Amino acid sequence: MSPVKSLDELKRLREEAIQKRNARATFGNAQVIVGMGTCGIAAGARETMKAILGMIEKDNLNDIVVTQTGCIGLCEREPIVQVVVGGGPKVTYGKVTPQVAEKILKEHVVGGNVLKEHVIEM
Amino acid sequence: MREISLHLLDIAENSVAAGARNISISMKEDLLHDILEASVTDDGKGMTAEQAARVLDPFVTSRTTRKVGLGLPLLKAAAEACQGGLELFSEPGKGTRVVVNFQHSHIDRMPVGDLPGTILSLVIAYPSIHWVFNYLMVLPGGKGSEFCFDDSLIKETLDGVSLTEPDILRFLREMLEEGVASVRNGWEEKGFIQDTVLA
Repeated sequence: MSPVKSLDELKRLREEAIQKRNARATFGNAQVIVGMGTCGIAAGARETMKAILGMIEKDNLNDIVVTQTGCIGLCEREPIVQVVVGGGPKVTYGKVTPQVAEKILKEHVVGGNVLKEHVIEM
Repeated sequence: MREISLHLLDIAENSVAAGARNISISMKEDLLHDILEASVTDDGKGMTAEQAARVLDPFVTSRTTRKVGLGLPLLKAAAEACQGGLELFSEPGKGTRVVVNFQHSHIDRMPVGDLPGTILSLVIAYPSIHWVFNYLMVLPGGKGSEFCFDDSLIKETLDGVSLTEPDILRFLREMLEEGVASVRNGWEEKGFIQDTVLA
């Protein structure tokens, strides 16, 4: 473990997270899936993922599950991000730069509005 | 793929696809022997010798039954262009280990890149996998510094709380960034290493 980060700090953060979670009404969670095949990585998917995690951290966004997938065969449209909000359909976005990823989080995941201009019809 | 850490991300994705439960990534910058070595070790389903040879073949197409890409062949070529090489050890049912090394000071050696960003992405995306990361630097005089990251104690402490809780995410990111920075310890400014690491 790094000398700066301590387990006590983590325990405290854990307690705070549980408190915050209990205080929130649960709206159901959102799932964000980032394509991280070789084509995705070469197209900059890691930076897209970092932007998504950065926004979750900065804007205190809760109940978002972030995961990855491999190549789905649309290599020329990478970076690809798929979004599922609540019980809704999976929406696939293409050419998702870090800036577009932030828009998707703000407008689709939080706001509930699909960004039609970036959607790939599957 | 302009960074070694992006290649490590790519190889680790292979380990995930192979069903690994434990994946270990290591990076060593040995300035004493002028070697940069990185490895990814997993306990996934492994490969036969024939499959292992195939994944290093750049002319394998997507029509094989395995998901192979240009990641490994390109990394092998890049390493060989820097007086280094890539070795792959694998055994069916046991796992796979990929080791790549470069002459550290070689003018064509691609930068290490954003290691914390790579490790964080993997730990968050695949929380059910046990991730271990080691970063070792050996200076010309032989002195070394090391950062070891093992997510099991963190997950045990969190006891069910999600890694993507904003405050937990910040804790993890800072832990990785501080750990990597402590190993590098300002050696760039002192002229020991010229490299662009943290974006």
